[in-house]
Amino acid sequence: MSSTVHVGLAATVTGGVGASPGRPDGRLKVTGEFAFSSDLWAEDMLWGATLRSPHPRARITSLDLGPALRIPGVYAVLTHEDVPGRRLYGLEHVDQPVLAAGEVRYQGEPIVIVAADHPETARRAVNAIGIGYDVLDPVTDPEAALHEDRAPRVHADRPNLLRHVPIRRGDPQATAAVVVTGEYEVGMQDQAFLGPESGLAVPAEDGGIDLYIATQWLHVDQQQVAACLGMAADKVRLTLAGVGGAFGAREDLSMQVHACLLALRTGRPVKMVYGREESFFGHVHRHPARLRYEHGADADGRLVYVKARILLDGGAYASSSGAVVANAATLGIGPYDVPNVVMDAYGLYTNNPPCGAMRGFGAVQACFAYESQMDKLAAALGLDPVEVRVRNALHTGDRMPTGQLVEGPAPVEELLRLVQSKPPAGQADFPPGGTANTTRGEGVVRGVGYGIGIKNVCFSEGFDDYATARVRLEPVGGRPAVLVHTAAAEVGQGLVTVQAQIVRTELGVDQVTIAPADTAVGSAGSSSASRQTYMTGGAVRAACQAIRSRLLDRIGGRPDGLRLVDGQVLDEAGTVLAKIAELLGDEAIEETVQWRHRPTHPLDPETGQGDAHVQYAFAAHRATVDVDIELGLVKVVEIVTAQDVGKAVNPAAVVGQIHGGTAQGLGLALMEEIQLVDGKVRNPSFTDYLLPTIMDMPPMTVDVLELADPHSPYGLRGVGEPPTISSTPAVVAAIRAATGAALTRVPVRPEHIVGV
Amino acid sequence: MRVTCTVNGTTRTADDVWEGESLLYVLRERLGLPGSKNACEQGECGSCTVYLDGTAVCACLVAAGQAAGRDVRTVEGLAPEGELDPVQQAFLQTGAVQCGFCTPGLIVSVHDLLARVPHPSDPEIREALAGNLCRCTGYEKIMDAVRLAAGSPTEAGTR
Repeated sequence: MSSTVHVGLAATVTGGVGASPGRPDGRLKVTGEFAFSSDLWAEDMLWGATLRSPHPRARITSLDLGPALRIPGVYAVLTHEDVPGRRLYGLEHVDQPVLAAGEVRYQGEPIVIVAADHPETARRAVNAIGIGYDVLDPVTDPEAALHEDRAPRVHADRPNLLRHVPIRRGDPQATAAVVVTGEYEVGMQDQAFLGPESGLAVPAEDGGIDLYIATQWLHVDQQQVAACLGMAADKVRLTLAGVGGAFGAREDLSMQVHACLLALRTGRPVKMVYGREESFFGHVHRHPARLRYEHGADADGRLVYVKARILLDGGAYASSSGAVVANAATLGIGPYDVPNVVMDAYGLYTNNPPCGAMRGFGAVQACFAYESQMDKLAAALGLDPVEVRVRNALHTGDRMPTGQLVEGPAPVEELLRLVQSKPPAGQADFPPGGTANTTRGEGVVRGVGYGIGIKNVCFSEGFDDYATARVRLEPVGGRPAVLVHTAAAEVGQGLVTVQAQIVRTELGVDQVTIAPADTAVGSAGSSSASRQTYMTGGAVRAACQAIRSRLLDRIGGRPDGLRLVDGQVLDEAGTVLAKIAELLGDEAIEETVQWRHRPTHPLDPETGQGDAHVQYAFAAHRATVDVDIELGLVKVVEIVTAQDVGKAVNPAAVVGQIHGGTAQGLGLALMEEIQLVDGKVRNPSFTDYLLPTIMDMPPMTVDVLELADPHSPYGLRGVGEPPTISSTPAVVAAIRAATGAALTRVPVRPEHIVGV
Repeated sequence: MRVTCTVNGTTRTADDVWEGESLLYVLRERLGLPGSKNACEQGECGSCTVYLDGTAVCACLVAAGQAAGRDVRTVEGLAPEGELDPVQQAFLQTGAVQCGFCTPGLIVSVHDLLARVPHPSDPEIREALAGNLCRCTGYEKIMDAVRLAAGSPTEAGTR
């Protein structure tokens, strides 16, 4: 539907920053020729498979590999004893076994890996392994896990409390005229990328290994794989294979070490591809959360205080839980100016599936709760839901609960007014229940709801966050051409397009090639935290600027105001001074730049004060729903959204991110949940884990603001995560408005609406 | 067993096929045609959609033996070498491709829809594509792509 970009400057360079050139990999993707990690093939290749624990908590009492080894076509059967290096890995804490040793802590934990000549042979070998368990009661309640006397330790050597982030601002005893409280719950969401975990490990002649892999961060994989293999990092070379979506789920290792172990043992290439069921056990999920909030406001609806307690279930291993807890805490009262805050966010170990990164990263869970609270406050005061938000909206120059000054644009009020100002939604394409003829309009009620959220961009809390870019300008066939080499993971978001756009704008060269991402160049950091256009984009720009400077040094006198356009050097008046190809002669100019954003700082462990974040991003949603109040079925009729992106480097891709992020938020509101019973996943398939289809998604109207951040490249703001954050509360608020149901848990189920 | 079928107009034979293999596995692993994708392998996501005797099916749900003697057309065979089908062109022009994993299956499904219904309404498009999951786009630009390929006016603004 309509997508408008406000304020922005027109693109001045064809295919440059601000334009929307096509994806360089687009043609391969529509013809089926693009090589995803699961499409890889090598001569003499074997297939890997994994034996996983059926129990959330058990001691392994016996293991008999013989029956598997006796199957013809089986080449290797490996356990933790075959891990030559470090037997544990992890992003923040090295606490997760490559293969379980003696004990399993979640259902699906890998125990044995097998290589065979056919995937079915490998599966049969896995099933033939004899294994005995002493099954133990799992720790599944994060509230109990918080108390040492109420639950055993998940890890014998450490308490179940993974991290506690307290934040204290102002007067903890503040009182207010109007008080609303609420308890909320968020279910465990899955990233559900379509391209399953997969990769190909090829043993190399130098005794090392080459791994072709779909990941979000090649270098953090390299570090961990090398440690577990007991090899020097330069012997473990990773190349990015085609990535079929990521959304956080590829930040942790899955089959990387396993495939390398099997390849090194057999001396043959080993491919591993998870099926969908295994994929549900093969990656971390979004943390389920329990949230308790108390909002106090004066009679005009201005917030006096917020008190909040957030419990995040980290599951069996730490993954990135620590950073998720910090996000939930620091962003946990939303984009509002509140003088007094008492916030406590906790991350716990349990025997549930491990949780870690997913788009929105701690900000999603909190937003559902604080936006539900804002609606409650509006109702208590008889105010319009947008009005109460606007009265408390964060502005530039305000301080976050951490004491951090909001320096860049904070168009909270503007975004809310934008989505509010759109004309009301028309008739839906389908009634609730779709084409199933469950209603002809009787019992169908309409509602409208709002949500706004806040997200940090880039890595926080003093992390040394950088990206590396190697850019080479050279004459090819008498014309200037540029080669860009980074390790940045293209995961679908369009980073390959954006890198070329930046080169065209900075160097005035149309011919740009993006080399395959690999570890032969320095780290680009992760394709997460909405950071890659900012970070790798920033590195590419810096490298281009260094090249530009060296090139222009070759012009006598070096006048001011020179521009590089269409392969030429122009002066201020637009006169052509030289052709870039002539300035280069036969020589190439190459620059490698390691680029960093402004430093951030740790939070004070007692007060949570500190300038922990680089940049804040904001998005608002308005959702309109039709609800069949007899059956509890919901049809989202329309979504209106507005987001400030600072600078739309590629407007079409920006809008695509906003559409897709909004859809994932809608999914969390209405259907997406990994359902657990006693620590076991009940729905590990696309039949039972429901994703929004094209029938579930409504038309979306997108407004994009471009309010430049003075500190970021081109003024841009990370785009990927904010749309996922506020669409969930907007949809739930709309259902509440239609039905009057309290709805304190997402995903909302039909029985919550009809009250049975 | 040996499976012989016509794939994209050419007679192809796969040897040593295990009886439990799907048409999807044979296409991807034995015939060098990995364009059809393996996202769920239980017929829920549509990423492996191919034509079997002119009917769009999920290749993961077709046993390899069932394809013997029949005509299979995959995403690789929609347009002559070096050319794009109008549906493929439309996906590129509208920005309907992000990670691209769902794209081949969606393109075959849209190709099939437009062959049956040259100018579908929006509800018809949604109903026809309800069996194709996409996790990246929220489907908006896929709607634009179908409208464009069908020659219908598209409401999308930003390009």
